[in-house]
Amino acid sequence: MKILVPVKRVPDPATTIRVLPDGSGIATDNIKWVINPFDEIAIEEALRIKEKQGSGEIVLCSIGQITWQEQLRTGLAMGADRAILVKSDQPLDTLAIARILVKVVNDEKPDLVILGKQAIDDDSNQVGQMMAEMLGWPQATFASQIEFADGKCKVTREVDGGLETIAFPLPAVVTTDLRLNEPRYASLPGIMKARKKELKEIAAESLGIDLAPRLRIKKLTAPPKREAGRKVESAAELVQLLHSDAKVI
Amino acid sequence: MGDVLVFAEYFGEHFPKTTLVAVNAGLELAKKRGGSCLAVVAGADVGALASELAKFGVSKVIALEHPALKDYLADAYAIAISALVKKLGSEYLLATATAVGKDLMPRLAARLDAPMASDIVAINDDNTLVRPMYAGNALATIEMEGLIKVVTVRATAFDAAQPSGSVAPVEKVPAELDDGALKMQFVAFNQTKSDRPQLTEARIVVSGGRGLRSGENFKTVLEPLVDELGAAMGASRAAVDAGFVPNDLQVGQTGKVVAPELYIAVGISGAIQHLAGMKDSKTIVAINKDPDAPIFSVADFGLVADLFKAVPETVEELKKLKHS
Ligand SMILES: Cc1cc2nc3c(=O)[nH]c(=O)nc-3n(C[C@H](O)[C@H](O)[C@H](O)COP(=O)(O)OP(=O)(O)OC[C@H]3O[C@@H](n4cnc5c(N)ncnc54)[C@H](O)[C@@H]3O)c2cc1C
Ligand SMILES: Nc1ncnc2c1ncn2[C@@H]1O[C@H](COP(=O)(O)O)[C@@H](O)[C@H]1O
Repeated sequence: MKILVPVKRVPDPATTIRVLPDGSGIATDNIKWVINPFDEIAIEEALRIKEKQGSGEIVLCSIGQITWQEQLRTGLAMGADRAILVKSDQPLDTLAIARILVKVVNDEKPDLVILGKQAIDDDSNQVGQMMAEMLGWPQATFASQIEFADGKCKVTREVDGGLETIAFPLPAVVTTDLRLNEPRYASLPGIMKARKKELKEIAAESLGIDLAPRLRIKKLTAPPKREAGRKVESAAELVQLLHSDAKVI
Repeated sequence: MGDVLVFAEYFGEHFPKTTLVAVNAGLELAKKRGGSCLAVVAGADVGALASELAKFGVSKVIALEHPALKDYLADAYAIAISALVKKLGSEYLLATATAVGKDLMPRLAARLDAPMASDIVAINDDNTLVRPMYAGNALATIEMEGLIKVVTVRATAFDAAQPSGSVAPVEKVPAELDDGALKMQFVAFNQTKSDRPQLTEARIVVSGGRGLRSGENFKTVLEPLVDELGAAMGASRAAVDAGFVPNDLQVGQTGKVVAPELYIAVGISGAIQHLAGMKDSKTIVAINKDPDAPIFSVADFGLVADLFKAVPETVEELKKLKHS
C-alpha cells in the first residue's frame, strides 16, 4: 500500500508561546521546532501498516519553508521512504494547503492519506476533511484504530459519548487521534539512512494553484491572564469557601 | 446581507446545549450582519425535532430528510447540506465544534469552496471573528473572504439560545442525494455508559489526572466526590492514555473544552494543553500534593495535599454541609 503522510512543522508542545507586543505573530526566538505530534502518530501508523503488510511505500509531504526539511528528515529517520517539500514562504490558509496536498495526491496516487487531526499551532482541525472532499474520498477523522479486511478499511473514531466504527473502500483520508499509537523514536541507523533518502523540493507557485488566503489573521492578542487565587489549609476550609465565598455549592 | 444557516446536531430525540449555543451564536451573527438566522436539522425523519427547534428564535427550520441521512456520515451529510446552502444562498454556515461539527464543517467548506474558521469565541461588530490558537495562548482576530463562509463555534464561549415565545415555520425539504455514490458506511457506536451529566453541559466538573494512579482509584476515590456534587467527570490526557477512564472524558486542547461554574482538578499538574480546555471555568479548585504544580497558577482555591486523604475528607465535609 502506498501511503501519503502530510507533515507540519510546529513549536514543541512544551514551549511557552508568547504573542509579540505588536500583535503580528508569536515570538520565535526560543522555540524548538518539531513534527506536529499528531503527524508523528500518522507516520508511526503508516510504518506499522507497511510493516504488517510486508510491502508498501510511505511518502511524506510538507508545505512550508526550507527549514521544514529538518522535520521531513526526522520523519525519514523514523522510516518513511521519501519526502516532498512544497516550498512556500507565504502564509497559506487551510484551503490552499488542502489544494496543494490534493495536487500531490493526484501526482503520487497513494491508496491512503494519513495525517494529524489538528495542527497544534493553528488548532484548525480542517485539512484532512477538506482533502477528502476535494478528492471525493471517504474520510475517517479522530482515528483510534485502523484495520483492513475484505478489501475495506475499518476505523474506530473518538467521538462525543463513545467510540464509533465506520467502514469504507480505499482510497481514503484518515486523521489521527492521540490513542492510535505511540510513535517510535528515530534510531541512529535510521538517522544515517535518512540522509540518503530522496527529499524533493517543488515551488508552490509552480503548481498553478490559487494560493491567495481567503482567511486572514489581522492580529494576535494574548488572552486575559487568570490570576492565581489563594491556598487553603484543609478540605473543611475548601468546602466552606466554595459555599460562602464562591457560592458554587 | 445574506442569511446565516445553523447546522443543528441532535442526540436521539433532543438537542444538547451545544446545539442551542450554535443557534444563539447564529442569531448574534445574523443580527450584526442584518440578515436572518435559519437552522437545518438533517436525518431520515426529523419533523418532530425541527418543530422543537422552531421555538428557539430562528426565523425558519428546515427538516432535511433522506433515508441515507439516518446515521451521521460525513460524505452524505456534506452532499445534502451543501446543496441546501446553495439553494438558500446562505452567507454563513455555522455549527458547534463538537465531534460531528469538526468532522463535517471542513468537508462542507471544501465542497462550497468556502474559507472556514474553527472554534470561534467572539463575533466582533466590524464583522471580524476571534478564535484561539496555540492551545489558547493567542487569540486571533480573523477576517474571511468569500460568498459563503463556514464557522464552528466554541460551546463555552456563547450562551445557549432560549425559547423565544414564538414558533418559526418548519419546511420539509427532501435531500438531493444519490445513495449509490456514497462510500462511507456506519458500522457501530460503542456508547460510554454513564448516568452522570454530560461534560459539556454540567454545572460542576471534577477531573482526575495521573495522580489518581489507577482506574480503580477513579472509582473508589474520585467518583464519590463527583457524585456528591452531582458533577460530570473529566480527565487529563495522561489518565485517559493510561486507560483509567474512557477517551471522551479528556479535557484540553485536543479533547473537550469546558467552562463550568466549578471545575475541580484532582492530581492534575496543569499542562498548557489541559489548561486550554478548562481555564475559562468560573471557579477553579486544584488538589495536588506538589505546591509548585502549574495548575495552582489558575486555581481560585488550591489545596496542597495528598489526594487520597483530601478527596475523602472533602466528601465528608460536603455531606456535613448538606446536613447542616
Ligand atoms: C499533542 C498533545 C496534545 C495534548 N492534549 C491534551 C489534552 O487535550 N488534555 C490534557 O489534559 N493533556 C493533553 N496533553 C498532555 C499534557 O501535555 C500533559 O502531559 C497532561 O495533561 C498531564 O496529565 P496529568 O496532569 O494528569 O499528569 P502529570 O503531569 O503526570 O501530573 C500528575 C499530577 O498529580 C500530582 N499527584 C500525584 N500523586 C498525587 C497525590 N497522591 N495527591 C495529590 N496529587 C498527586 C502530581 O503532583 C502531578 O502534578 C497533550 C499533549 C500533547 C503533546
Ligand atoms: N503546511 C502544511 N504542510 C503539510 N501538512 C500540513 C500543513 N498544514 C497542515 N497540514 C496537515 O493537516 C493536518 C491538520 O492541520 P489543521 O487542519 O491545520 O489543524 C496536520 O496535522 C498536517 O498533517
